Amino acid sequence: MVIELVKEEVFGEKSPLGYTETKFFTFDALELESGEVLSPVTIAYETYGTLNEKKDNAILICHALTGDAHAAGVSKETGKLGWWEIMIGPGKAFDTDKYFVICSNVIGGCKGSTGPSSINPKTGKPYGMSFPVVTIKDMVNAQAKLIEHLRIERLFCVAGGSMGGMQVLQWVYSYPNKVITAIPIATTLRHTPLQIAFNEVGRRAIMSDPEWMGGDYYGQSFPANGLAVARMIGHITYMSDLSMKEKFGRKLRNKEKYGYDFEAEFEVEQYLKYRGETFVQRFDANSYLYITKAIDYFNLGDNKDLIKRFYNLPTKFLVISYSHDWLYPPYQSREIVKVLKYAWVDVTYCEISSTYGHDAFLIKNAEQEHLVTHFLNNAYAKLKGE
Amino acid sequence: MRHFERFDFKIIFDIIEQGSKVLDLGCGDGELLRILTEHKSVRGVGIENDEKMIYACVSKGVTVEHGDIDEGLPDFPDKFFDYVILNFTLQETKKPKKVIHEALRVGEKVIVSFPNFAYYPVRFYLGILGKTPRTKALPYHWDETPNLHYFTIKDFIEFCERENIKIVFYKAFTEHRLIKFLPNFFAEKAVFLLKGA
Repeated sequence: MVIELVKEEVFGEKSPLGYTETKFFTFDALELESGEVLSPVTIAYETYGTLNEKKDNAILICHALTGDAHAAGVSKETGKLGWWEIMIGPGKAFDTDKYFVICSNVIGGCKGSTGPSSINPKTGKPYGMSFPVVTIKDMVNAQAKLIEHLRIERLFCVAGGSMGGMQVLQWVYSYPNKVITAIPIATTLRHTPLQIAFNEVGRRAIMSDPEWMGGDYYGQSFPANGLAVARMIGHITYMSDLSMKEKFGRKLRNKEKYGYDFEAEFEVEQYLKYRGETFVQRFDANSYLYITKAIDYFNLGDNKDLIKRFYNLPTKFLVISYSHDWLYPPYQSREIVKVLKYAWVDVTYCEISSTYGHDAFLIKNAEQEHLVTHFLNNAYAKLKGE
Repeated sequence: MRHFERFDFKIIFDIIEQGSKVLDLGCGDGELLRILTEHKSVRGVGIENDEKMIYACVSKGVTVEHGDIDEGLPDFPDKFFDYVILNFTLQETKKPKKVIHEALRVGEKVIVSFPNFAYYPVRFYLGILGKTPRTKALPYHWDETPNLHYFTIKDFIEFCERENIKIVFYKAFTEHRLIKFLPNFFAEKAVFLLKGA
């Protein structure tokens, strides 16, 4: 108890889940969509709650571009709260008193799962750019291995926002009989040219940083400037015109008058600078390249094929979008809903009004909590025949 | 016999066959769909524009889509549903004619209900008091009503003739009573069953 208190003082974060720990699962090999084989493959994952005897209460949470396996609780390693602490925990939307919640780091990432910064067993050096290109489908196939390892036959729910939402859709596509309910949030059936363009600018920023060195910078340098710029671009697309106005206005940082120079003097400039600088301390530049590429390649299929594929599927969907999300605008969620309706799949859709942009699903909001809580409650009661 | 708190629900419930495919336009809190799903095993979807109502539907486990029916129903192929329901929705739409035709396109049959603007207390308000009517079926002040169109049973029958829409039957009622004598005068509300010509 005393130790816990001390830790709490050190970290300053509290969670009803207490401390959580990242675990690892390694398997032999994964054949990738590109035809290449990744071997061996390690998956970093965390779990919250208890898997019941029938193993029908498992929920897989899929993270977005820069997320990780640490979705909830206070990390034993870093002392930080999980990225979806607002949604996961006892009595929360993903209720850990009821459900067994799993979150794993995607392959290609840099938070414990095999990625470009992992050691290539053939060379004894980090992969760098020799790491094979992975896709959303590959990420999902790797997760499926983890689920198999946990001896779970069917997932009660797969949920996630943004790139996490793409994984949700891919899960249902690839393993239609293994997903009872699906919650794709602020996502799309396929990446659009606008979305690819933003990612490409981010990648070019990294690759044109001299410190990137063709991706072989490990142990020598780090393309911090390039990665920071990539993150700044990303952050702009995650906010909205309105939320930026509300948050920053035209306020200057620590001064009253313009400096008539090129220092970061507007609040918004300072904020982006700060976001960029903190990001480079926690994320690998090559992973940023690989994951954004995976997102850009994402195209679940054309609508006609998808309708055929999903026809009469018993999986229940809850699709959520956010009104001021201009990166994955509501029309893209409605497209998902349209395909599912044509296929006679049970789908509930809500566009939540929020002044926040794409990031809204990561920010505490009662609407999202309500939708997910009740959607899961009803589906779980049905599953249990109540 | 089931007990219905709302007489319109009872009329609609009796029309719809077991296991039908149903689209409820402007489904509100989803209560009608919930009853139909539970007791008639319909495959039902609701469309609702009011975000708060979406949360009510989800609480009940009713499948609902957040959308504006005035924009049409481009997401649905022709004759996708057995029944399309417009239960006290039509008078709140911007383009009732377009909405009805879209409903007839995607549904084999269409159920429309609305408050009758020629109901005698309504006539009293307008004709004698010279005020915008406020009755049980039309409870709002003029400045905050969601109703955009006011029409009568007679109006609606004429509309259907004009638009070449077949009226299978209609039931006019006040409270829990069917009104057969001078319905355009004595009935507060009406439910129509329509078919495309």
